[in-house]
Amino acid sequence: MAHVNFDFSDDQKFLKGEARKFLEANCTTARVRGVLDDAGKAYDEALWKAVAEQGWLGAAIPEAYGGLGLGHLELCAIAEELGRAVAPIPFASTVYFVAEAVMLAGDEEQKAWLLPKVAAGEIIGCMATSEGPGPATAASLKTTVTDGKLSGVKLPVTDGDIANVALVLAKENGKPGLYSVYLDGEGVTREVLQTLDPSRDAAKLTFKNAPAIRLGEAGAGMEIVEQVFDRAAILLAFEQCGGADRCLEMAKAYALERYAFGRVIASYQAIKHKLADMYVKNELARSNAYYGAWALNTNAAETPLAASAARIAASEAFWFAAKENIQTHGGIGFTWEMDCHLYYRRSRQLGLVAGAPRVWKERLVSHLERRNAA
Amino acid sequence: MDFNDTPEEAAYRAEVKAWLEANAPKVHAGGDDGEGGGSMAASKAWQAKKAAAGYAQITWPKEWGGAGGTPIQQVIFSQEEAKHPVPGNPFQIGLGMCVPTVATFADQATKDRFVGPALRGEEIWCQLFSEPSGGSDVAAARTKAVPAPDGSGDWLISGQKVWTTGAQFSDFGIVVCRTDPDAPKHKGLTMFWVDMHDPGIEVKPIHQMSGGSGFNEVFFTDVRVKDSQRVGALNDGWKVSLVTLMNERLAVGGASGAGWREFMEAARATPGLDGAPALKDQALREKLADWYVQAEGLKHTRNRTMTALSRGQTPGPESSIGKIVSALQMQDLGNTAVEMLDQFGIINDPELAPLHAAFHTGVMFAPGLRIAGGTDEILKNIIAERVLGLPGDIRVDKDVAFKDMPTGR
Repeated sequence: MAHVNFDFSDDQKFLKGEARKFLEANCTTARVRGVLDDAGKAYDEALWKAVAEQGWLGAAIPEAYGGLGLGHLELCAIAEELGRAVAPIPFASTVYFVAEAVMLAGDEEQKAWLLPKVAAGEIIGCMATSEGPGPATAASLKTTVTDGKLSGVKLPVTDGDIANVALVLAKENGKPGLYSVYLDGEGVTREVLQTLDPSRDAAKLTFKNAPAIRLGEAGAGMEIVEQVFDRAAILLAFEQCGGADRCLEMAKAYALERYAFGRVIASYQAIKHKLADMYVKNELARSNAYYGAWALNTNAAETPLAASAARIAASEAFWFAAKENIQTHGGIGFTWEMDCHLYYRRSRQLGLVAGAPRVWKERLVSHLERRNAA
Repeated sequence: MDFNDTPEEAAYRAEVKAWLEANAPKVHAGGDDGEGGGSMAASKAWQAKKAAAGYAQITWPKEWGGAGGTPIQQVIFSQEEAKHPVPGNPFQIGLGMCVPTVATFADQATKDRFVGPALRGEEIWCQLFSEPSGGSDVAAARTKAVPAPDGSGDWLISGQKVWTTGAQFSDFGIVVCRTDPDAPKHKGLTMFWVDMHDPGIEVKPIHQMSGGSGFNEVFFTDVRVKDSQRVGALNDGWKVSLVTLMNERLAVGGASGAGWREFMEAARATPGLDGAPALKDQALREKLADWYVQAEGLKHTRNRTMTALSRGQTPGPESSIGKIVSALQMQDLGNTAVEMLDQFGIINDPELAPLHAAFHTGVMFAPGLRIAGGTDEILKNIIAERVLGLPGDIRVDKDVAFKDMPTGR
């Protein structure tokens, strides 16, 4: 093992600190509840605008396309803070999925059209791959494109109800491709879905001959989606780490103030060991996420493995921390008024949005098999 | 974020590489295997060579024969040294824990007497803390030191220590003794250094459940020591032992042996439920992924620790998770591999079992690894208390005279 410089730089840490301060002021859990409790509210528009003004949407978008051109490490730092704050905005859909896909596979025209709008907060994007229960595969795909018109049903599509543009996985001439569809145009109907995490909306999108433009090579849809999901998985892992760390903090704070049988419950080994287990999982997730960040930022060949490991570790850590945080709180943790369920819900949303952990475990082992065979 | 040395580190690495190229053995001499076997002579010769060049204890001050270097330089040297077939290192307990403890509290003459020979590998030290009545609870030591009845000021040590690594080939040891049974347990202990060749000391190897004998029982019968062999103040032994244990934290521990790579190879070669390779079994694939993610998590946690060292910072508490994760993984991975073999899994004959029975070895050694150097439970207490700042357990032994404390077996 070579020696390493394996942490955020001072500048990146400063940015992260500023992001935390900003979100503590502008994204309290009361604000999250403003979206959670209001079925008619899909996201926090004021927060979305404020985040755009901070420049975060374009943190990793090159300056030539209206972004800050900072890089993916900076975006990872922001992602961690968004996860910690359970931010109720379409950040992941727009930035981790759509902007990343366009930067990865888009042509010059597509980049020039979309990226500045993302950076300015003028457009919301969404990623439409799933068509029902189970993972979407080249064999299972039913959505089709003929003569530039896309037809089919996609669900769930996170932020599909509010997005202006969708990237849709569909088959043309029997081969999967990735297509951009303008959702405010013709041939699109949207239906809001009831989900585990109402602070992040999802929709069913029905396309009937909607005009579609291909992104990347014909027939390369699955490969592009895999690469986009790798990149998104790493960024999502930072959101998950942020959420998991916050759960540990909440559990610790409560355990230190709650008395049972004459002493704080934090003095019982059953609670101490539970929190130690959380800490171990959170650190493993963070270390894997850091490696993912390095891979993403340098476009390393190891990215698929690094992304898989980050996704698996962070999904497991956030789920564990979210459920055991409720357990540590006891009865009060099961109430709507306590914030524990915001994290529990978000852990499900983030753990599924880019594919469930077991899908990633299979991808990881397949990669290892191929690498070892080569 | 990158994987590159700083210019200073690169220069140091180049210097170390060149020295190792010129001086390290070219073939494995089968040095000490940590169980007293192998060639101790080769280990001692290599240690002497490193000491002469200033590489034996890089972070030690120059007055002790170190290089006055940084922790990251030590890491770089260890990384480069590991690429050569160097003999085993039976000196680490002494150099990492015992000698620094003695040197912290001893007068100049004592330091002069012990530091050099230990550094050069001429003398080996062991640490005599654990007892049959107290493993996790080191302060419960019953081995007693009483003033010699002849009024000479000497002490007589009697009792038993256990799980002492390397006692069978050690020249000296540091031993925690009960000197005031009327005081509460933490306040009646004193540390001494002892000559392990004393006729009153008997070393008996422990036959482990795994078959090997890496540790010993050490029996003391009226072992006479001078008061000048006292390390630290009378009845201050607990504080002194904390200095030793703090040094222990710097030693990086973890599981070795069969990991996810070996499991994957074995699963490829073993028929599964439907005759296809077991590697196609979805349940096993998920476990393989979990172990890979854990191993990568630990690897990059070490990278974060080294980054902190490289930046001149104190490593964060993340480095404390290693053994909890790796020891449990050794047990789980080993057992999953054994079960994968179905009925054949019972066979641990290295001639028949996959990978010379490496998985079986893991199954049988893992229980020890989960206990040695802090049990899983104690390590979780340490994370909870020192990292997360949760309160210590309610203590029933703090203000009770040691002699009045209830004892079990």
